[in-house]
Amino acid sequence: MATETHGAEEGGLVFHPMDQFIVEPFFGGTDVAWYTVTNATVWSFLAVLATFLLLVLGSSKRSVIPSRMQSVAELAYGFVYKMVEDICGKEGVKYFPYIMTLFMFIVCANFLGLLPASFTPTAHFAVTVVLAMAVFLTVTILGFVKNGAAFLGLFWVASAPLALRPVLAVIELISYFVRPVSHSIRLAGNVMAGHAVIKVFAGFAALTVVSPFAILGITAMYGLEVLVSFIQAYVFTILTCVYLKDALHPSH
Amino acid sequence: MATNTQSDGLADAVGVDMAEHASTPGMPQLDFSHWGNQIFWLVLALIAIYLILSRVALPRIGAVLAERSGTITNDLAAAEDLKAKAVEAEAAYNKALVDARAEAQNIVERAKAEIKADLDVAIAKADAEISAKAVESEKAIAEIRTSAMENVKIVAKDTAKEIVAALGGKADAKTINAAIDARLKG
Repeated sequence: MATETHGAEEGGLVFHPMDQFIVEPFFGGTDVAWYTVTNATVWSFLAVLATFLLLVLGSSKRSVIPSRMQSVAELAYGFVYKMVEDICGKEGVKYFPYIMTLFMFIVCANFLGLLPASFTPTAHFAVTVVLAMAVFLTVTILGFVKNGAAFLGLFWVASAPLALRPVLAVIELISYFVRPVSHSIRLAGNVMAGHAVIKVFAGFAALTVVSPFAILGITAMYGLEVLVSFIQAYVFTILTCVYLKDALHPSH
Repeated sequence: MATNTQSDGLADAVGVDMAEHASTPGMPQLDFSHWGNQIFWLVLALIAIYLILSRVALPRIGAVLAERSGTITNDLAAAEDLKAKAVEAEAAYNKALVDARAEAQNIVERAKAEIKADLDVAIAKADAEISAKAVESEKAIAEIRTSAMENVKIVAKDTAKEIVAALGGKADAKTINAAIDARLKG
């Protein structure tokens, strides 16, 4: 494997698809302490800025007939609000700000990550694991606080035959604890894979013969990535709503 | 050194040459030395977004949406009102139209009746005049006839006298008159 790469490098092909994910101090230096402002920090806060520009500046006129920015802001609001209301019901609406926070952060970070030479915080497990664990812990604690021991009914499928219920309970329990894993890896994996594939295509562009195909490949992957950026944010948000629904109404 | 070999293994797994990046593992995501930093700033970013959303953005957009739906509902209600008024106005218009037609019909009837009455009176008067004129004319004709008869009598008497005289007789006026009267009455 290593020798192959060396051979390719001699021919002018250089592949470093994962280099774009390296966390490094933004203002020079090499050490990354817990407080150091890194490229990850900068792009995370650009996502915050994008959220601010879209939702606060976009709606600053409060016009009954909205401007374009305000339409987009209202679209985002209505999109997430309807999702929360449809899945969690009326009781879920009070958690709408938290879910909207997740959605806006992920969708803005994903789209900003598509800019050339940018950094994508959502491609990092450090980020998605925190998000997924926050959802998982919140939902579990909320489930027990709201329903007490009745929350365990989530694992006891009352509609199944009695003999099957213990087996199902084990499966349900395992699937419950796998939730944060799949929840976090799905987002980071999708974003990371797409970005890495684009870099691989970009590496091939150094060869004159295949460069048109490489550019075609980059274009196609980029289009797909735009789609993935939104869809993964949507999937993360809707799964959060589904988990929240389990906490609010644990009965099957 | 154990970590180094582990990261070498990871690097080989994803096909990245470690010679140039000896310090970084194959997947920078799995470099746990940065996790503390990343988590710290992520939490700050999330708190910032949460504060922006819950304090400013969401209440404002929610209010705008509520205001809009309120405006739309009001406008729809107003439109409904106006429509009802329009229907009412149309009904009133139709009623006025029917009334006006009936009124016109009445006026026409009345005018017809008046004209007919006038006409009848005029006809009766004309008839009366005509009959009066007819009576007068008859009288005049009768007079003319009697006077004509008188004239005939006179002419007949004179003619008879002359004829008698011509025949050589002496005409007795009284006898001739009597004879003629008797003839004419005949």
